[in-house]
Amino acid sequence: MFDTSELVINMGPQHPSTHGVLRVVLRLDGERVVGADVVIGYLHRGIEKLCEHRDWLQIVLITDRMDYVAAASNNLGYVETVEKLMSLEVPPRARYIRTILAELQRIASHCLWLGTHAMDLGAMTVFLYAFRERELILDLFEEYCGARLTYNAMRIGGLPLDIPPRWDEKVRAFCDILDTKVYEYEELLTRNRIFLERTRGVGVIGGDEAIAIGLSGPALRGSGVPRDVRKDEPYAAYADFEFNVPIGMAGDTYDRYLVRIEEFRQSTRIIRQALDGLPEGPILGKVPRLIKPPAGETYHAIESPKGEIGYFIVSDGKSNVPYRFRVRPPSFCNLQALPRLIQGHLVADVVALIGSIDIVLGEVDR
Amino acid sequence: MIDTYVVPTLKILVLLNAVLVAVTYMVLLERKVIAWVQVRLGPMRVGPHGVLQPIADAIKLLLKEDITPARADRLVFTLAPIVSMVPALIAFAVIPFDSEITLFGYTLSLYVADVNVGLLYIVATTSISVYGIILAGYASNSKFPLLAGLRASAQLISYEVAVSMMLVSMVVTAGTLSMVGIVESQREAGVWFVFIQPVAFVILFIGGLAETNRAPFDLPEAEQELTGGFHTEYSGMRFALFFLAEYANMIVVSAVATTLFLGGWLRPFPGVGALAFLDFVPGWIWFLMKTFAFLYVFIWIRATLPRYRYDQLMRLGWKVLIPVAIANLIVTAFIRVLL
Repeated sequence: MFDTSELVINMGPQHPSTHGVLRVVLRLDGERVVGADVVIGYLHRGIEKLCEHRDWLQIVLITDRMDYVAAASNNLGYVETVEKLMSLEVPPRARYIRTILAELQRIASHCLWLGTHAMDLGAMTVFLYAFRERELILDLFEEYCGARLTYNAMRIGGLPLDIPPRWDEKVRAFCDILDTKVYEYEELLTRNRIFLERTRGVGVIGGDEAIAIGLSGPALRGSGVPRDVRKDEPYAAYADFEFNVPIGMAGDTYDRYLVRIEEFRQSTRIIRQALDGLPEGPILGKVPRLIKPPAGETYHAIESPKGEIGYFIVSDGKSNVPYRFRVRPPSFCNLQALPRLIQGHLVADVVALIGSIDIVLGEVDR
Repeated sequence: MIDTYVVPTLKILVLLNAVLVAVTYMVLLERKVIAWVQVRLGPMRVGPHGVLQPIADAIKLLLKEDITPARADRLVFTLAPIVSMVPALIAFAVIPFDSEITLFGYTLSLYVADVNVGLLYIVATTSISVYGIILAGYASNSKFPLLAGLRASAQLISYEVAVSMMLVSMVVTAGTLSMVGIVESQREAGVWFVFIQPVAFVILFIGGLAETNRAPFDLPEAEQELTGGFHTEYSGMRFALFFLAEYANMIVVSAVATTLFLGGWLRPFPGVGALAFLDFVPGWIWFLMKTFAFLYVFIWIRATLPRYRYDQLMRLGWKVLIPVAIANLIVTAFIRVLL
C-alpha cells in the first residue's frame, strides 16, 4: 500500500555532535536506525609514518597531536615504551610527577567528555560547568610547562622540568574544588529523570562482547569488566597508591557515565597520595646523550582517559629513528563498537552514544 | 467613529509594536539568564550590559543574504515563516492585560477585543503556527529539516489534545470562554484558579513547553541531533521570523496561563480584603509580572534540563498527560454539576 524505503542520512563530517570530523552514514526507518557506517579518515595526518622519520626525542611532541585533549597521557605512554626498550631507570620523583600529570589529564579529559556528552543530550549548562574546572587544570599545566593543550611534558628517562614552587599546593586546592564540583555535576544529571531515560538501557553491551570488540577504558569497565592498566600492569608510580577501579553493571550509557564520574574522585585520590608521598631527588635518570635504543621491539600500554593506549615500537639499533612506530589508539578501537551500539536505537541516541564512548578524532585518524 | 475605528487601530499598533519589542528583548533576557546560570556574562558589548544587542541582531539578520535552496518548494518555503509568525502575533488580540483604565479622562479597556470565544480563538491560532514548522521542514527538501518537521507534527498532535482537554476543564470551571470573563469569574470566586485546578495548571505548563518547542521538548530544533532542525536551510530575516515566532509563542502561552490560572490582572488573593492595599499596583503591572515569572521559568528550565527523546515525548503525552487531562475534566464536570 505504501512505498516505504530507508532514508539514508549523513551525520557529519560537519555536525555539531560528532566531536570533530566523524562521519556516520545512517540508514533510517522513520527515526529508528537500521544501519550505520562509520567513515573516518578526515583528520588523518600520517602520524605513525611521520614518527618513523623523526628522532626519538622529537616524537614526544608528535604524540601530543593524537589525543589532543589528553596530551600528557600520550606523552607518558610513548616515553615509557622507549624506556622499556632501552631498560632505563626513571627516578621516583619523576615517576610521581608523571602520575600527577597523567591524573590531572584524566580529569581534564573527563571534564571535556562530561560537558560534551551532557550537551549532546541537551543539558547545556553542565558543559560550561565542566569547562570551568577544565580551565583550572589547563592553568596548572600552563604553570608547569607553559603550554595549555599540547604539553610536550615528558622526556625519555624522566621529565624536562621540576614542578614550580608552590605548584603542589595549587594542585591540592584544585582537588578540593573538584570534589565539590563533581557533586554539582551529579546533582544536575545523575538522578535527573530525563537524563536517566535518555541513558538507561541505551547502547547496552555485555562484558564478553565488549572484550571481543576490543573496547577498553571506561567503556569496557561500564560493562562490568574490571580491566584497568593502572591496576593490572602498574606503570609510572601507580603501584604505590590505593585507588578503586569503578565498574558498571548493565553496560549501558548510564553505567559508562557513572564509571567516569567515579573516576573523577579516584583521580583526585591518587593525586593527593602522590603529593603526600612526593619524593625528593632528580627528575631525569641517567640517559645517554644520543638516544639510540638497542635493536628489538616492544609493546607497552597505559591507561589513557579514553582507554588503553599502546605503543608498539621497533628499533633497528642503527639509525636514530624508530624502524616501526605503531599506536593502539583507544578511541579508534572503541569506535568500532558504535555501529553495533546504535543498531535499533533512535537518531537522538546516536549522539548520546558517540558521546558515551568518548572518542577524539585526532586519535582515531592519527 | 473614534470608538469603533481609531481606538482599536491605535491599540493594535501599540500592541503589535510592544509585542515585537518584547519578543526581541525576550531573546536578550534568555541569553542573559542562561549566561548567569552558566557562570558567564552573556552579551556585554553592544550597549551597557548588552541592552542594544537585539537591535544589532536585527540589523545583522536584515543584512544577511536570503538564500532559497535550489530544490526547495519556493512558494511553501516563503510562506512557512509567515505562517509561523502571524498566528503568534494575532493571538495577542484577545489577551486582557487589564480590565479598564482611565487615561486623560477617557476610559480605555486594555485588550483589543473581548471575543466571547476567546479561549477557542487562542487554541485555533496557536495551532496554526506549528504548520509553519511542518511546511518549513517539507519545503526545504532536505533530510534533517524533514525529520524535524515530522517530529513537530507528532509533537503537536500529542500535546494539543492534552492541552485542549485541560482548557475544557477550565471552561467548565469558569463557565465562560471569554478571556475577560475567566478573569472576572476568578474575582468572583475570590481565588486564583491555580488553587482550584492545580493538575490542569501543571498540564498546561508541560503542554505549553511542548507546544512552543521549548526545552526539554525542543526536539524539532534539537541542535545536537538535527543541526538546527526545521530552520537549517533558512537564513536572514526568514530565519529570524521562526526565531521570533518561538518567543512570541512563549509569551502567548505565558499570558494565557496567567489569565487562566493566576487571575490575569488581579492582585494575589483577590478574595482577602486585608490585602486590598496591594491594589495600588495597576492591574496590567500585575499581569506583566506574572507573565514574566512564567517566562523566567521557561528559560530556567531550558538552562537546567536535558532533552527528551522522541519516543519518550510521545509516551509522556499519550500515556500520562492525556489520561490525566481526561480524568481531570470528568472530575471537574462532576463537581460542577453536583455543586
